[in-house]
Amino acid sequence: MLKITNLHKTFDPGTINAKTALDGIDLHLKDGDFVTVIGGNGAGKSTLLNAIAGVWKPDFGTIEIDGVDVTLMPEYRRAKYLGRVFQDPMKGTAPDMEIAENLFIASKRGTKRRFVWGVRKKDRALYKELLATLDLGLEDRISHKVGLLSGGQRQAVTLLMATLNRPKLLLLDEHTASLDPKTAVKVLELTDQIVHKNKLTTLMITHNMKEAIAHGNRLIMMHEGRIIVDISGDEKKNLTVEQLLNLFIKASDGDISDRMVLS
Amino acid sequence: MAFINALPGAVAEGLIWGLMGIGVYLSFIILDIADLTVDGSICTGGCVCAVLLANGFPVWLSVVAAFAAGALAGFVTGLLHTAFGIPSILAGILTQLMLYSVNLTILGGKSLVAIDPRANKLLVHMSDNPRSIITMGIFVAATIIGLWLFFYTEFGLTIKSTGDNPDMSRAQGVNVKLTQVLGLSISNGIVALAGAMLAQYKGSANINDGRGAIVIGLAAIFIGLSVSLKIKPNFVVSMIGVTCGAIVYYIVYNVVILLGLKTDFLKMFSAIIVAIFIAVPYIKKEYFARQRKMPSNGAKTRINGGNNA
Ligand SMILES: Nc1ncnc2c1ncn2[C@@H]1O[C@H](COP(=O)(O)OP(=O)(O)O)[C@@H](O)[C@H]1O
Ligand SMILES: [Mg+2]
Repeated sequence: MLKITNLHKTFDPGTINAKTALDGIDLHLKDGDFVTVIGGNGAGKSTLLNAIAGVWKPDFGTIEIDGVDVTLMPEYRRAKYLGRVFQDPMKGTAPDMEIAENLFIASKRGTKRRFVWGVRKKDRALYKELLATLDLGLEDRISHKVGLLSGGQRQAVTLLMATLNRPKLLLLDEHTASLDPKTAVKVLELTDQIVHKNKLTTLMITHNMKEAIAHGNRLIMMHEGRIIVDISGDEKKNLTVEQLLNLFIKASDGDISDRMVLS
Repeated sequence: MAFINALPGAVAEGLIWGLMGIGVYLSFIILDIADLTVDGSICTGGCVCAVLLANGFPVWLSVVAAFAAGALAGFVTGLLHTAFGIPSILAGILTQLMLYSVNLTILGGKSLVAIDPRANKLLVHMSDNPRSIITMGIFVAATIIGLWLFFYTEFGLTIKSTGDNPDMSRAQGVNVKLTQVLGLSISNGIVALAGAMLAQYKGSANINDGRGAIVIGLAAIFIGLSVSLKIKPNFVVSMIGVTCGAIVYYIVYNVVILLGLKTDFLKMFSAIIVAIFIAVPYIKKEYFARQRKMPSNGAKTRINGGNNA
């Protein structure tokens, strides 16, 4: 489904701020893989997801999604393969537009936008049903502006938008990190539900080791732009936080960021 | 009495600037781009219209051509911004500067081309204010309805989302560069249309027309929205608000002239109006917010949405 080969990205090359964020990433995801990604601050996790999404072009290497080389494809065009949820709940939705309008724009991802009437009655009915599955009471607020929703509600709507047109790959970048603990749990549950129901191939960044272990069938750990741990199958199932921490210490020569230890 | 006499003219001219304000609203509010092209494109609209009329073309064609010329100007700004990475403010300034030469060329090197209301069938002219008001009312209403419908289409929705959240739009497969270019084209097309109407109304196109036009457009927007947003924050009400804002602006403008303000100071007056309307909400928020009474706990839960997420 996803095939990344020898991917490199350096920000601000040739300056004193030069920062190699991706340093030769090779990653191969099978159809239906649910991969959790962990790593310290600045390990390159977001950069990896942004490279896949096409926010900018990588310096070197290739990205293939379902056999299509998308390395140089503009962001908006490869969006048809991807569902994305960002860390910042503000980033995934248009606040001044209705929930229904947001969902509609997402439903047209990958199609040409035409000069025909947008949101129709039958669309609204469908969105109502989908929103009801979130169990947040949003089905009655379909014509409300998204800006009126809480962060957690917005993130849930974004999740719906990302998966409305079944994406070939779902990219989640710490999408629960800025929510309060209770809401985070709820959104994570929803994520699990949606991913399993639609059998989505998923890359989920988290800074929480427990979450990384509890979700998905495969776990990768990044450090300084490289994948340093890659665990799947039974080994992943039986993994403990302590083992994971030890793996991290070993692989990164004891260079631990506080955030990793805390979570 | 002098005020009553000036009123119809103020309303007619206000409606023309209301149309212009709607164009500015598209770029400034919907696309979230401070587009300074309009100072040039409003003049372009007037020049194209005046020269075509002077050459015997029918008024409808002249007006359509003015719209097209303005749209082209907006297209250039959009291209400078999206294809060549020039910041949108600078892109607008560059196009505006280019348009000065373009407009001079259109006017054949002269600084003024007159429109003879007796030789041409005009849509609006200051000699017939009632007719001008009706005609402009129809133009403005048609523009508002057209845009209102447009923003419900698949494509129109993506123009809205582009201004509202470009990150989200790109992630949902919207070609943000295309929507920006097209949005700026429509915006400047409408502004140039207003310029064509203004030239007819005044009976001439002048190379200096349009200097500071953006400020009048913004005045219409801020005066209008300061009221309309309190009534109902939807598109049609906002557009009506902008139109009324322009009319209010022109009435106040006429009053100020009648009170004897030297015409040298009129641009100062426009700028101060806009500054006041932007400053007042800010000052209220920055300096007086704390004098409101403390929110109770009940108020707080309401702000948080009342839902557990
Ligand atoms: N757009 C950018 N410009 C410059 N540097 C960047 C940019 N994005 C990320 N970086 C740098 O690349 C490194 C990796 O960042 P990131 O992928 O965001 O890390 P994380 O694993 O915490 O998500 C960091 O050092 C960061 O400062
Ligand atoms: Mg990150």
